[in-house]
Amino acid sequence: MKIRYFAWVRERTGLAEEDVDLPAGVETASDLMRWLSGRGENYEMAFGEPDHIRIAFDQVHVTADARLGEVDEVAFFPPMTGG
Amino acid sequence: MAVSPTIRVQEAPFDIRAESEKLTAGRTDIGGVVTFTGLCRDEAGTLAALELEHYPGMAEGEIARVAAAATERWPLLGLTVIHRYGRIAPGEPIVFVATASEHRRAAFEAADFLMDYLKTRAPFWKKEHAADGVEGGWVEAKAVDDAAAERWK
Repeated sequence: MKIRYFAWVRERTGLAEEDVDLPAGVETASDLMRWLSGRGENYEMAFGEPDHIRIAFDQVHVTADARLGEVDEVAFFPPMTGG
Repeated sequence: MAVSPTIRVQEAPFDIRAESEKLTAGRTDIGGVVTFTGLCRDEAGTLAALELEHYPGMAEGEIARVAAAATERWPLLGLTVIHRYGRIAPGEPIVFVATASEHRRAAFEAADFLMDYLKTRAPFWKKEHAADGVEGGWVEAKAVDDAAAERWK
């Protein structure tokens, strides 16, 4: 599964995108953020306050309890500031 | 007949007047056009530029969803949304929304709705570059923008 990061989430992880194999037990966006946080200091910095992160599955907004299921692309980013 | 919105996400500047005229060219059924242009401010001379990051694909998709919601809610005869990304200098346009309808109310309300929803849902993020050359921080989302979007529910 591909994970993409934008804005300060991208800067803190140090990655624009990566491919990951999900370990067993990671079933929701919330689970995924918790698992990512444990992968290193950069991830911990990005996902330390998961309430401040917005999530998209296959380029559509979802909430943290959304189930990963057959999703190909997950994106994590801060609240939007366009317009 | 359902209107088919024009949606563009681009780095290049755009011509506000030309975009507005495209909506009405050859038409005699449109009674009013409302346009909104969001510009980059210099924040009292302290800001050199804004840098807009976006999520290609989702940006277009999300704007299309918001535009479709607007056309379902108001009887629009034309609709254009343009949003830029990349480095944008003070005075330059960032976003453009134009709505055309038979009577003014629909065009005014739909343009207002579109901007409220674009601000809170379209995947764009602004970073500030200060006039003293310092790379500034990311602009924070404002609760007032969330509240503005909520009032359409």
